[in-house]
Amino acid sequence: MKYAYFPGCSLKGLGRAYEESLLPVLRHLGVELQELDDWNCCGATAYMSVDENRAAVLASRNLALAENNGSTELLAPCSACYLVLNKLQHHITEFPDLRSTVQTALQRAGLAYRGTVRVRHPLDVLVHEIGLDVIREKVVRPLRGLKVAPYYGCQIVRPYATFDDAHQPTTMDRLLTTLGAEVVSYPLKTKCCGGSLTGTVPEAGLRLSYILLKEALRRGAHVVATVCPLCHFNLDAYHEEMERRWGPVRIPTVYFTQLMGLAFGLEPQQLGLHRNLVPFTFPIETTAAA
Amino acid sequence: MNPRPTPSPEPRIGFYVCHCGSNIADSVDCAEVARYVAGLPGVVIARDYKYMCSDPGQELIQHDIREHGLNRVVVASCSPLLHEATFRKAVSKAGLNPFLFQMVNIREHVSWVHKDRQAATAKARALARAAVERVRYHRPLQPVRVPIRAEALVIGGGIAGIHAALTLAEAGKRVILVERQPSIGGHMAQLDKTFPTLDCAACILTPKMSAVRAHPNITLWTYSEVIRVEGYVGNFTVTVRRKPRYVNETLCVGCKACVEACVFKDGRFPDEFNAGLSRRKPIYLPFPQATPQVVLIDPDRCLNLKTGKCKKTCVEACDRNAIVFDQQPEIHEVQVGTVIVATGFKLFDPARIPQYGYGRYPNVFTTLEVERLVNSSGPTGGEIRLRDGRTPRSVGFILCVGSRDHHTNPWCSRTCCMHSMKLALLIREHLDAEVTIFYMDIRAPGKGYEEFYDRCLREGIQFVRGRVAEVTDWAMTPEEEGKLVVRVEDTLAGFVRRIPLDMVVLAVGKEPQPDAQELRRLLNLSCSAEGWFLERHPKLAPVSTFTDGIFLAGCCQGPKDIPDTVAQAGAAAAEALALMDRGHIEQEPNTAYVDADHCSGCKSCLPLCPYSAIQFDENRGKANINEALCKGCGTCVAACPSGSIHQNLFDDEQVFAEIEGVLSHA
Repeated sequence: MKYAYFPGCSLKGLGRAYEESLLPVLRHLGVELQELDDWNCCGATAYMSVDENRAAVLASRNLALAENNGSTELLAPCSACYLVLNKLQHHITEFPDLRSTVQTALQRAGLAYRGTVRVRHPLDVLVHEIGLDVIREKVVRPLRGLKVAPYYGCQIVRPYATFDDAHQPTTMDRLLTTLGAEVVSYPLKTKCCGGSLTGTVPEAGLRLSYILLKEALRRGAHVVATVCPLCHFNLDAYHEEMERRWGPVRIPTVYFTQLMGLAFGLEPQQLGLHRNLVPFTFPIETTAAA
Repeated sequence: MNPRPTPSPEPRIGFYVCHCGSNIADSVDCAEVARYVAGLPGVVIARDYKYMCSDPGQELIQHDIREHGLNRVVVASCSPLLHEATFRKAVSKAGLNPFLFQMVNIREHVSWVHKDRQAATAKARALARAAVERVRYHRPLQPVRVPIRAEALVIGGGIAGIHAALTLAEAGKRVILVERQPSIGGHMAQLDKTFPTLDCAACILTPKMSAVRAHPNITLWTYSEVIRVEGYVGNFTVTVRRKPRYVNETLCVGCKACVEACVFKDGRFPDEFNAGLSRRKPIYLPFPQATPQVVLIDPDRCLNLKTGKCKKTCVEACDRNAIVFDQQPEIHEVQVGTVIVATGFKLFDPARIPQYGYGRYPNVFTTLEVERLVNSSGPTGGEIRLRDGRTPRSVGFILCVGSRDHHTNPWCSRTCCMHSMKLALLIREHLDAEVTIFYMDIRAPGKGYEEFYDRCLREGIQFVRGRVAEVTDWAMTPEEEGKLVVRVEDTLAGFVRRIPLDMVVLAVGKEPQPDAQELRRLLNLSCSAEGWFLERHPKLAPVSTFTDGIFLAGCCQGPKDIPDTVAQAGAAAAEALALMDRGHIEQEPNTAYVDADHCSGCKSCLPLCPYSAIQFDENRGKANINEALCKGCGTCVAACPSGSIHQNLFDDEQVFAEIEGVLSHA
């Protein structure tokens, strides 16, 4: 199984632990990734809302590069990249004006995009292509006793519910169960983490992150599993500020791929777990679980 | 192609183009069409008129026939489906054979689908010319008379089928009522009270169920399905499959001694009648008033039927020896003249809207489940309880679940507002609980319905306008702990609310039956895009279908409440009666016939006829077509290698003249 791979800026920066865990996990499952040569910014959520045309051109260049390589499937692990690239796919079919803007811009760079690339999310590939049975076979260290709050965030299921339900997604729940973990009922699984508001309007943004963590604790979770670099950052990095405002909500947040790596018997250091600000270790120390 | 013979006598054609008020005249220049046709050979008179179907319009044609000696008539107006019969009658009143008439559809085919007036007028001219060219070659024909059998088949034994069957039986017709469930009664039998009068559903339904069972003119086949329908109006051959109940229906008296004696001491399997809220045994009576009062055995649950290993205590307990473990399905063939389809609906599965939590949160219910809870013969003896046995202190109803929602079904299911308000009122009466109804609009358009809504308001039921975003167990405050929280934008108050409740009830909408498409194919019906069976005309033929002799009643045609269902069932029965009482129907004489002089007796047409209307005359060595059986499909006409089969109204010269007419530039 081979996919073109678009890491985006986060997976090389703040979210590098996501890449550090995703790559060995997929390698372990026999999936080959080919990182796009000379990729650029995905077009990003913020840019999209300021100048849609230019953001679309940025996004389309990445897809055109993949198409030029002969790839039909492009793996985009970051939720924002996944959404922006999917949005572009929709918009260039729905809006002919945008399509011609994009094509003109690409032409100047000696490129073209015919729209043949399908953007895939790792969860989708893991559950629907590789399959839970194959994953189960690779589990050497089941996550027994670990209670996980599965947190999907908003961007991979809305507005385009491409591979799971928009309101009650279950792919990560099923994946984590396969790893031997116990998935707690977590009704906030697709609620907002605060997004970039944690930086711009902290009072509002942090409150949303706080609610997520508090509910995860209330549900008895030991850890929150996420699929998104921004969610991870918001849930991991602001504990002091949240504690100052509303009290402690000390619970670690990790990428679902890190949990997969642990279950596959990979070393925590190989999986970027040392980067967490709220540390996570498995097995859980019994005192922390209380 | 050989030159066509000149028709005789010399055609004298009258042409009439209808404005249909402004329906046609707005986009077609009718006067111009009349002017153009007036110049065609054989046309004696060409007129345009505001409403050709009106009495003066028809009299105009009749006057011209007498005055100008017309022997052919063409009317350019709407679809023949609407008014062909009207104009045929009009010309025949003036002494002309009705088949010397031809109709052109310039409304549905022209004015309603084109905007460019000039192009539309040109198209109307071309179609008019085609009809004028064709009508020259029309010959006088006589309609085919076919006798109609006086028996009727009713498919579906809910309130619609019950009412239709009883109406027909009372009028002296033999009726076969086929119901696929083990008892008749349908959804109505599951209801507790009915809105807006709050009279008990069982009290008004069960007498009708018993009447069906007792009526000498009704053959009741429950646990049965129609598997094949052949033939045509007046003469349908219907094949019915009767599923085995493993109980002899004539011997069983419904004493339930076998149920008591079953090796399963307690009910263990979800009880369908109670919406899964109680458990039944493998041998059971569907519900106390089930009709017929005959038990049945569930082959997927019965130990003996599944494994062959059971003490068969039921057999010992039955002193009438009614249990028959080796009962086989029975296939019956019946002949009927008319069919009434009353197959009802299916309730929307709320698991399709996961954010409402049905199946995830035990205290989210459907309206049907609550209906069983408030019913005194229901699983709790009429006490409204949560799934853990507690009594709810606060209850919320979410309306339009699976209705008026473009993610699921766009239509209004029509009864959920009233149904929910009725349940809300019953809950207020039973429990004095706090009841909130979350609605988008309250639709209460029936007789006494708005007054019922008013009563609910006065009884203190809360109404919150807004489509609910989600039902969650995520508590933000101590009051929300352990409750279901409904998150909703209150569009009257103008802010988002979180309302904690003990019980949430989803007012699930109605959907076409999952196998409606199969029945549609079986009966050759049409369906709307949503999957409801399509009536012949939404206003003027609301219970007829496009297949003659087949009528619709109840929710299979679209969501409706009990009064409308019963009214429609009565109408369907009346339409069927009108047809059967006439004793015969006149069919379009568009039948095929064999030119015996040219028939080579090759028999290639025989296996092609879908209606088995062609026989082979061994003595003469010629094919022969039974006019009464022929439906005019034209298959044999096209297939005949010697070109010796022709078809009335579709003779070669008629069709070629029509083609030439439409293609010649106007």
